[in-house]
Amino acid sequence: MAGIIVHPEKIISYADIENLCPFGAIEVFPDQTVQINAGCRLCKVCVRKGPEGVFEYREEVISAANKAEWQGITVYGEICPDKTVHPVAYELLGKARELADKVGCKVCLLLIGNHLNQNLEDFFHYGADTIFLYDHPILEDFQVERYAGIMEDYVAKQKPSVILIGGTPSGRSLAPRIAARLKTGLTADCTQLDMQPNSDLDQIRPAFGGNIMAHIRTPYHRPQFATVRYKIFSAMEPDLSRKGDLIFCALPEKLQCRSRQLEIGIKPKIKNIEDMDILVVAGRGIKKKEDLALLRRLSERLGGDLACTRPLIEAGWMDARKQIGLSGRTVKPKLLIACGISGSVQFAAGIKASEMIISINTDPDAAINQIANIAVIGDLYSVIPALLEKLG
Amino acid sequence: MKILICIKQVPGTTQVDIDEKTGVLKRSAAAAKMNPYDLFAIETALQIQEKYGAETTALTMGPAYSEAVLREAFSMGIDHGVLLTDRIFGGADCLATSYALSQAVRFLGMPDLIVCGKQTTDGDTAQVGAELAEALDLPQATNVLEIIDLSEKAIVVKSDLGNFTQTVEICLPCLITVEKDIYEPRLPSYKRKISTKDKPIQILTFADMPDQDKNHYGLNGSPTRVVRVFPPAHEKENEVIQGSPDEIAELLFQKLTRLKVI
Ligand SMILES: Cc1cc2nc3c(=O)[nH]c(=O)nc-3n(C[C@H](O)[C@H](O)[C@H](O)COP(=O)(O)OP(=O)(O)OC[C@H]3O[C@@H](n4cnc5c(N)ncnc54)[C@H](O)[C@@H]3O)c2cc1C
Ligand SMILES: Nc1ncnc2c1ncn2[C@@H]1O[C@H](COP(=O)(O)O)[C@@H](O)[C@H]1O
Repeated sequence: MAGIIVHPEKIISYADIENLCPFGAIEVFPDQTVQINAGCRLCKVCVRKGPEGVFEYREEVISAANKAEWQGITVYGEICPDKTVHPVAYELLGKARELADKVGCKVCLLLIGNHLNQNLEDFFHYGADTIFLYDHPILEDFQVERYAGIMEDYVAKQKPSVILIGGTPSGRSLAPRIAARLKTGLTADCTQLDMQPNSDLDQIRPAFGGNIMAHIRTPYHRPQFATVRYKIFSAMEPDLSRKGDLIFCALPEKLQCRSRQLEIGIKPKIKNIEDMDILVVAGRGIKKKEDLALLRRLSERLGGDLACTRPLIEAGWMDARKQIGLSGRTVKPKLLIACGISGSVQFAAGIKASEMIISINTDPDAAINQIANIAVIGDLYSVIPALLEKLG
Repeated sequence: MKILICIKQVPGTTQVDIDEKTGVLKRSAAAAKMNPYDLFAIETALQIQEKYGAETTALTMGPAYSEAVLREAFSMGIDHGVLLTDRIFGGADCLATSYALSQAVRFLGMPDLIVCGKQTTDGDTAQVGAELAEALDLPQATNVLEIIDLSEKAIVVKSDLGNFTQTVEICLPCLITVEKDIYEPRLPSYKRKISTKDKPIQILTFADMPDQDKNHYGLNGSPTRVVRVFPPAHEKENEVIQGSPDEIAELLFQKLTRLKVI
């Protein structure tokens, strides 16, 4: 059997054997038998770091796809209810182009929908060589079973080696559905992708809430599926001279679907500061309530929300739900801009999980400068207007 | 109506550390707990039970000690608990996990509704639900924000589609994965905890699986391979910027562009 094989005869000391496994998958029984239980994730830490020879990783190749039959990278372009293609598709095309140029293969774009309202030529400029379009009234709204049926048809005919899908809610519904149907691998939320000459996709993704990174491959199966969230990769500079082929595809004969759409709604804009990707935070460096308008303009321009430290709540300048910190809310935005904030421990406790912190403070010795990734030593009353001017 | 809820035990915290020199994962001391997202799946089943009447079963796959999450489900009010455990299932990726779960469902008999959490906090993939639906050939709705209606033949749910919501009617039996906050999960009741202390848990192993091909489970049934795990690069720059307001604004503008904020 493949997996971790234990050689108990090579164990010298049983102390710490169990603790070797970060997932608690090594169990030592009172009779000194050692077993790997179902918690094993094959991280192979026991093999690398355990006592010599005790743990062995054994791999068994049951059957392997003929990789030569599977060629090229396909990007799935999700069509939103407003009939535009979700912008993550441009970023995936950019990455696909880069990988394809590296190993010398083609980039295809797969579109599924009805009366797409977009100039498709655009996608050639952004890296696609060929567009496969399934355009039909029954594909008007996203029904995962039907879309999976289309993708199954596409894969059977085009045999792509890699399929990249945007990590949007519908992408993350469709990708596992089709990957499971084709009994192949799917790696969620990749943050880095690379490709081996044999077309094996190197997929790197965070796990454990981003505390560890895992490098994953799908070595024996094709196609290789990966999802990538929006704003991870970059679109390429459009090349207006690029051209490609547009191929209209017929619907497959059988398309099962056991659901129907009753309604599409526009989601109310989230306003909880905990859910925001971008936060501008006001501190006591703000001299009077009216000046908050300056920061609000910045937050609006960046598509974020305005939050604050406790003294501003106490002054009655802002709604209590906007307070960050120990006695307020814990936030984890991608970007937090702290304006006129000293960085007390009580405040800092609420922002630790932010991906990027920029502080603007006149005091070079303020504690916030230690916490911030970018510490601007300057007056918010002059820096922010200058920045707003640049942002237009 | 029969409802099956898939739940998983995860490490008590996601603060796993990796020793940068040795590459060894340092297991956090915190005890294992129920995947927090699965509490919403349990609550969804209980809400349906209260409103429409249903028999609820929680299913988990994992090592023997994952029994704890089934006990917790009991103390929230779930009727039955099934533990799927066998070393053959070790090293399973999403496909092999969902396949093993699907085999357990086939053994137990098809429920009318399967409810999964949005995702786990250790695997973080949010894939097992949809893969299980496919393995069982059931229709699915993911990211469910609201249960609108339920009849003998169909369920009407509202799902999150990013900037939009989609209300769909799905034939039963089907599988849904529910969003965090669909309902506020109730706290486990101490009284129930005591009264269910000795409640039997059904244990299933590989021997119970209708499909006896070992190659469909565990590592052999997993198309993906973890090449290695490593700590995230500490890109936490710590940069100090000084200068005229204009110079500072220009530097910030470049940073924001690189961060794709603008
Ligand atoms: C039990 C307890 C719980 C608490 N919980 C919280 C909490 O949840 N959240 C919270 O925020 N606080 C909390 N506090 C309060 C906390 O200790 C601090 O008092 C508070 O965070 C300070 O807010 P501040 O940084 O805005 O103000 P200050 O500490 O007064 O800092 C103002 C900063 O602005 C800078 N500045 C001034 N003018 C300018 C300018 N023109 N341009 C740029 N910079 C300028 C100054 O150099 C200074 O660093 C708590 C306190 C206690 C005791
Ligand atoms: N080992 C497991 N046992 C039971 N249910 C699981 C297991 N793994 C995942 N699930 C279910 O699938 C959902 C998504 O998990 P994941 O794909 O790991 O993020 C979880 O919220 C659970 O409902």
